[in-house]
Amino acid sequence: MSTSPQATPSALTAIWAVLRREFSGYFRTPLAYVFLAVFNAFAISLAFFVGNLYEANVANLDRFFLYHPWLWAFLAPAAGARLWAEERKQGTIELILTWPITVWQTALGKFLAAWLFLACALAITTPIAFTIGFLGSPDVGVIIAGYVGSLLCAGACLGVAAIASALTRSQVIAFVTGFLACFALVMMGYGIFDEFLSGAFSPRVVEEIRRLGLWRNLEPFTLGVLDFRPIVYFLSVAFAGLGISTLIIERR
Amino acid sequence: MALIEAKALRKSYGPIQAVRGVSFSVNRGEVIGFLGPNGAGKSTTMKLLTGHLQPDSGSARIADFDVVQNPIEAKSQLGYSPEGAPAYGEMTVREFLSFVAQLRGLSNPSASVQDTLTLCRLTEVASQTIDTLSKGYRMRLGFAQAVIHDPSVLILDEPTDGLDPNQKFEVRRILKEMAARKAVIVSTHILEEIEELCTRIIIIARGEVRCDEPKEVFLQRGQDLNKVFRELTA
Repeated sequence: MSTSPQATPSALTAIWAVLRREFSGYFRTPLAYVFLAVFNAFAISLAFFVGNLYEANVANLDRFFLYHPWLWAFLAPAAGARLWAEERKQGTIELILTWPITVWQTALGKFLAAWLFLACALAITTPIAFTIGFLGSPDVGVIIAGYVGSLLCAGACLGVAAIASALTRSQVIAFVTGFLACFALVMMGYGIFDEFLSGAFSPRVVEEIRRLGLWRNLEPFTLGVLDFRPIVYFLSVAFAGLGISTLIIERR
Repeated sequence: MALIEAKALRKSYGPIQAVRGVSFSVNRGEVIGFLGPNGAGKSTTMKLLTGHLQPDSGSARIADFDVVQNPIEAKSQLGYSPEGAPAYGEMTVREFLSFVAQLRGLSNPSASVQDTLTLCRLTEVASQTIDTLSKGYRMRLGFAQAVIHDPSVLILDEPTDGLDPNQKFEVRRILKEMAARKAVIVSTHILEEIEELCTRIIIIARGEVRCDEPKEVFLQRGQDLNKVFRELTA
């Protein structure tokens, strides 16, 4: 007795199918539009009202990108909370795990869809760049570098959010733990926390801790520098998060 | 070669031993009625067979592929409908089945979707969002996603749960139509389903197989199947 051969999708087909489903899934709920509106409102108001972008009278966007680690720390976990938690809650995780695809393929498709969604949120802020271009003559390369840095920073926060989402079936818990973890990454080398560290450790140690924070790694981008180190840093955090969340789902 | 083979499967959740050395095999053309009280280890055994859970010891094979060693090959031969027929509520029936067809690597997804819609009588709700489906349609969709690739092994966890008599009849009719070509396991609480659908009965209680025999033999155990069931699972 023989069994008829059954097809399995290629890795690319599987990843692409998951990516498409997930990405369109974001726009099936009103939450996506609320998210995009909130992101945009915060990104613009922080730049103008806290960063005094207008009063500064300088044609660049570093005061706009300055607040992006904060924004992503809050909003990447909000967008990433559903990655796995929702699958668990709906019971669809049982389907995913019994289809002839690997958890890696599913995880990558989901992650890229969420990242693409965050890229959409970022893309909506581009009028601010055009406004600056209209009012003055900014360095376009610096602005593009800023956007690239911000998108990489979003990916790093999303990696952290993916781990939080893989650990629970509650989106609320996934969001809160994801936010706290990202918050810690923002605080490394920032403000009061930085002063506290300077009091407790030697300058060398403090410097090393700063290097692990989001802010220190985003800074070169806002100055127009596409440095190797921060790119590797952001991608490492993003893909470590992706990998760890995959292992959590595989070993459940 | 058996299409489904469980060998001394064991699985614990912390201190609780959910499955304690379950073994059986299922050949083509057999429909197994998988019975047992709630919490007896039925669903856990099914999850071990489908590769959703990994056993602490023992092995499961689907179409001669080890579920842990060759998961992709094993899963490609398998159709599985989990309890409650989970699906992505925000998608339409057609979108969901197309998605499953793609992940099954089918060469002509749209034709497979159309055939499955017809087979499971879902055509009239094809454009409806899954969240808005009645329970009957929802359960049939769970069934549809499990058979879209015409698998040689079918594992269904309570496929007629909560359906009205007409809908139950409908699901059983489709199952009977395809059963001869497949090895099927159906978990159920409905003892009458056994008489109508199954060729063999496996009763599981406290994580162990209590009874594994052809339907005809089982039916001779007594007039009152409920009583027989109680005695076997006590």
